[in-house]
Amino acid sequence: MSEAKQIILEVTGMKNISRSKRFFKRTAGSVKAVDDVHFYIREGETFGLVGESGCGKTTLGRCILRAIEPSDGKTHFRDRTGNMVDLNTLDSRRLRAFRRDIQLIFQDPYSSLNPRMTVLGIVGEPLVCNKLAGGEKLKERVRELMEMVGLDSRHLERYPHAFSGGQRQRIGIARALATNPRFIVCDEAVSALDVSVQAQILNLLQDLQRKLGLSYLFISHDLGVIQHISDRVGVMYVGRMVETARTGQLFARPRHPYTEALLSAKPLPDPRRKAERIILSGEVANPANPPSGCYFHPRCPYATDICRMEKPPWRAVGDDHYVACHRTDELELQGAAI
Amino acid sequence: MTVRAREEFVKPASGREDAVMEVKNLKVHFQLDEGLLKAVDGVDLTIRRGRTLGIVGESGCGKSVTSQALLRIVPASGKVEGEILLYPSDRSKIDGIDIPDGDPVDLVGLDGKGRTIRSIRGGEIAMIFQEPMKAFSPIHTIGDQIMEAILLHKTANRKEAYDIALETLRKVGMSNPEQRMDEYPHQLSGGMRQRAMIAMALSCEPSILIADEPTTALDVTVQAQVLQLINELRDHTGTSVIFITHDLGVIAEMSDEVAVMYLGKVVEYTDVDTLFYGPKHPYTKALLNSIPSVARRDRLESIEGTVPFPMNLPPGCGFYSRCPLAEDGVCNAGDIPLREIARGHRVRCVKAEQV
Repeated sequence: MSEAKQIILEVTGMKNISRSKRFFKRTAGSVKAVDDVHFYIREGETFGLVGESGCGKTTLGRCILRAIEPSDGKTHFRDRTGNMVDLNTLDSRRLRAFRRDIQLIFQDPYSSLNPRMTVLGIVGEPLVCNKLAGGEKLKERVRELMEMVGLDSRHLERYPHAFSGGQRQRIGIARALATNPRFIVCDEAVSALDVSVQAQILNLLQDLQRKLGLSYLFISHDLGVIQHISDRVGVMYVGRMVETARTGQLFARPRHPYTEALLSAKPLPDPRRKAERIILSGEVANPANPPSGCYFHPRCPYATDICRMEKPPWRAVGDDHYVACHRTDELELQGAAI
Repeated sequence: MTVRAREEFVKPASGREDAVMEVKNLKVHFQLDEGLLKAVDGVDLTIRRGRTLGIVGESGCGKSVTSQALLRIVPASGKVEGEILLYPSDRSKIDGIDIPDGDPVDLVGLDGKGRTIRSIRGGEIAMIFQEPMKAFSPIHTIGDQIMEAILLHKTANRKEAYDIALETLRKVGMSNPEQRMDEYPHQLSGGMRQRAMIAMALSCEPSILIADEPTTALDVTVQAQVLQLINELRDHTGTSVIFITHDLGVIAEMSDEVAVMYLGKVVEYTDVDTLFYGPKHPYTKALLNSIPSVARRDRLESIEGTVPFPMNLPPGCGFYSRCPLAEDGVCNAGDIPLREIARGHRVRCVKAEQV
């Protein structure tokens, strides 16, 4: 199993706090988009990151790439020689070398491709920027990438508008693969696609992972997709990680009340299983003005005084299973009906 | 109690008596420079009292245009043909038309901007949209906007309208309704806005509620709240719901009957249980197999290719180019009719028995 696999990425104490400025640069308030997040990803593994809108999952993904600068914390990444390097301490020149190893696939295949560039330009750009290929060699490599993602390599000179949504997402994937990365952040990579096309792209991502030994951080709000593709899952709520566990474990025996509610809220594609739902009251807290203590306490059916007062510690509750909840040991939580 | 009320509506499943609307051979065609775009091409639907009809399909299948046609709010370039027969619950609610009791009103025949259709919109048929922020006016209060509908359809008395609006807000579970009446849409959160929209739609007690992807923009925990609310309100008021979505999970949760649409046509039309446990159209089957379901973790069965652009289509079955059962000379020869293969189960496929 994955036990023997090495950790490729370890994030500890990651924070991203953006301050909103008023007149004369006085700080008006701060938004903790990512607030003290810990997790790790093993080589060849898919780590699913799930949460509702505004929970900070995209910011977290960008912070790993340092596309958004994290305010605090460490991002240890295993380089090709096997050493763990903290990406947050690197200067821009050394970081650039690592950017080849870490790539990003975006959500919207319509706005993430430059409409005035051909497929050759789009897919080849990372190779040109990193001075990895040029001329005929570049074309050869782009053709190879296009075939790898299931596109017709004769369409090299076409513009994005000539492709359908699913094909555009394939172009985005080909671009991400251009520099032979080892780690890819897929940020809602299938959310904009119809189910039948979504299935094609999920299959493609899994095939590529097996073939190239990639590791994924797979960000999505869709629990079905997350369960399908992930080896381990992390659940975020208002900037904090509330639980990480192996996929089967998380869905069968969640240890955080928010995970339980999230699993219960998902409509199942099966009319004979209209399960009794846990319907949470209220809505996701505003990260600019979060509640005290555990951010989930105003909606949590099990909240007590300590939940209102103190931030729950991040601790291990089992093999590969971490949770931030004061009451996790006392609670009997329901998994998803499988 | 709610369960009881529901049973009464569910029992009489056949016959014309409980139909509140019948759509027959509905077509919406757009004449564009590039050619004729058949967004909706011969759709038949029956909406029954107190039941939910789910319409499901991928983007571009014509499900939203169908719902717009029912309210006659298709963009001006679109031509609507066919019959939309509305059996009104309360004849007095409908203005400017004179037909005997029991006879339906054909919405296609009405002037799209006339008095009659305007009294039906919001009065007999109400709609909730995907994006509540875009559907509300940003410069009027929630209260004013709900009252506008009530003043149009129910009463001329402002005080009375205020009370009805307040009561409806309370019914949809809005916290602190008195205060919400004076707030603007931007002051509400996404879920609250969707509740306000539902309140507006239900304030005039419509007999049909059209919900076009009402929870697609919402988070899953909030979606669960809104779906529960729509079901509760339907059970209490006996309103019929037309629920349009691309999400098969939501369809399973909400619908009694389901119409699956592909390229402007209904390809399968049956009750929700049969749809999930005995689909007979290759497209429906493939669609179900491509959901990353909560139970499996093997490879997904995807559908080859993509949906063709609905313009200048070749004759025959629209799914021909992607179908594993497609047979040259049979499936692409002529129009495939929607046929009844079992009671209440209609499929547009010549090879349905092999699926």
